[in-house]
Formats: sequence, C-alpha cells, structure tokens
Amino acid sequence: MSSTILALVAPLIISSVALFGLLKNVDVFSAMTEGAADGLRTVVRIFPALVALLSAVYMLRASGALDALTRLCTPLLSLFGIPPETAPLIFLRPVSGSGTLGIGSELINKYGPDSLIGRTAAVMLGSTETTFYVIAVYFGAAGIRKSRHAIPAALVADIVGFVAAAATVRWLWG
Amino acid sequence: MAMTAIWVAMVAVSLIWGAATGRGAAVSNAAMEGCSAAVNLCISIGGMICLWSGVMEVMKRSGLSGGLSRLLRPVLGKLYPTAARHSEVMDALSANVSANLLGLGNAATPAGLKAATGMLRLSGGNTATDELCLLVVMNTASIQLLPTTIATVRAAAGAAVPFDILPAVWISSAASVASGMICAKLLSRFFKP
Repeated sequence: MSSTILALVAPLIISSVALFGLLKNVDVFSAMTEGAADGLRTVVRIFPALVALLSAVYMLRASGALDALTRLCTPLLSLFGIPPETAPLIFLRPVSGSGTLGIGSELINKYGPDSLIGRTAAVMLGSTETTFYVIAVYFGAAGIRKSRHAIPAALVADIVGFVAAAATVRWLWG
Repeated sequence: MAMTAIWVAMVAVSLIWGAATGRGAAVSNAAMEGCSAAVNLCISIGGMICLWSGVMEVMKRSGLSGGLSRLLRPVLGKLYPTAARHSEVMDALSANVSANLLGLGNAATPAGLKAATGMLRLSGGNTATDELCLLVVMNTASIQLLPTTIATVRAAAGAAVPFDILPAVWISSAASVASGMICAKLLSRFFKP
C-alpha cells in the first residue's frame, strides 16, 4: 500500500468523520470535546497500572532477570520467527492491557518505531486483545459455569496473532 | 488476582536476582526510572488519545456504528444461526461487532454482554453454547480497524508514518480471528456441553 495514503490516514479519518457528523446534524465540536474528556479519563485510568508495571519491568530489566528470561525463550520464539525481545510483551499480553502498552512503548522507544522489533511490538499490540480479562468479564457477567472450549480457542487466536505479526512485519519490512 | 501474583513475582525476582548479581543499586534506581517513564508515556500519548476519543464520539453520535451493524447482520446470521432467530440478541451481537471494528471499546462491552446473556437465556442453562464461545473468541481477538493507541505511541516515538503498520495489523488480526474461530469450531466436538 502506498505510504502517501497511509500518511494521510489520520487527517482523512478525522475530517471525514467530522463531515459525516455535520451531515447527520451532530454538534461535532461538542461531541469532539466530550469524547476528548473521555480520553482524558482513559489516560487517568491507565496511569496507576502503568506506574506499577513499568517500575516492575524496569527493575526486572536492571536486575538482569529480563535478559535471562529473554535468553530462555529465544530458542522457542526464534523457531516461530518471533523476535525474542518481545517475550515480556507476549507473556503479559493476555492479562494486562495497560501493562503491555507500557512494555510495547518501551520496545518501540528503545529499538525505534520503524525498526523490525518496534514494528513487531506495535503489530502484536494491534492484533491481539487482553484475552483473560475479556473472558473474566464475559463469563463473570453472564454467569457461565462451564466455559468449554472458549479459553483454548482464544489462546490459539493469540498465538497465531503473535506469529502472524512477526511474519507480516518481516515480509513487509524485513 | 492474576495481576497481583505477576506484579509481586516481578518485584521479588528483581530484588533477589539483582542482589545475587550485585546490581542492587541499579534495581533501586530502575524503580524510579520506571515511574518517570510511565509519566512521560502518559504525557506524550495523552493528547492524541483525547483527540481520537473525540473522533470516536463523533462517529458514535452520527450513527456510523448503527449503519455498520445493519451491514454486518447477514454475515453474522450465518455464523450465529441460533442468535439470528432472535432479533434482540442479534441486535446486541451486531452492535458488539461493529463497535469492536470501529474501536469503540466503551460501546462494545455492554452490547457484547447483552448478547452473551441473551444467548445463555436461549440455551436455558449455565454452560457456554458453541455460539457463546464464538462470541467470546471474537472479543478476545482484536478486530479493530484503526489501532489508534498504537499509532499514537509510534507517533510519539517519532515514527515516519505512524499508521504504516495498518496492512500488517489487518493481516495478522484476520489470521488471529480466523484461526480462533476455526479452532472453536473444531474443538466444540471435544468439549461436550
């Protein structure tokens, strides 16, 4: 896909949504600002978890334990073509959304947003969800006793997502 | 609870590993650096998150997700034949999928839960039906068309074109969702209701 089109994605979406809203008689500006206030609440909501998890991740990295974990996972991850540096992201992804956002942004900043590792981290984040959290919410709220094959199938989807993220990034930019 | 175990394990392992390898001072500095990193991340992506939330709100108010739901109904009816016979469940289901596609997380969860409780009521038990498992799998996989938060993080890190990962995200999301759905179909035989 041409990168000129992709460079225009943000302004294109913003302005077409604004024009569509105008067409549908929406008070676009107040919708924008009220939505932005919601966004601010999101940032405030994820901040405490980011503080807790990024401190722990930094400590783990400084202690050398994160490197040891990465080395331990390298043979298995390399087998699937996944950069071993993304190991902490993969482990935390099914449990914590804000935690993986923190780890992902660390990888993106450390290796660069346009590096293979940075891109793989971004695509992994964009193509998977906080699986266990979603399962807990759905089965808890609906009062389901037996979840049957939902968890194994959801985990297969996650694993395929991680492998596919690494593969497509290698294919498009490798 | 899972997060408690993970977090405690992370800090305890850091302490023990750091002390054992003589990196105690580095570990204590790292705790502080981690906090600053969290503040910097929130500040650098905060504005863009607000902007995108505003755009999402305009999308919601202009009825974009309602229109998309109507478009999705025939396709979803094939995947969820039982739910398709009950318009209330089908409405919630298509609202859930369209909100997920548009990235309207706040709208997706209530609609999804309504669909889930509706499906459970139809089955008359408390065991997940095949269609309910499929709904959960579709929600645990990411089908968001515009991953705005990730693009924001990339933009804050100085990416040349923050959204240039879109094709890659679409391909791997599609692979992930499709494999989850196929797996749910195959496994349903081995997990008797």
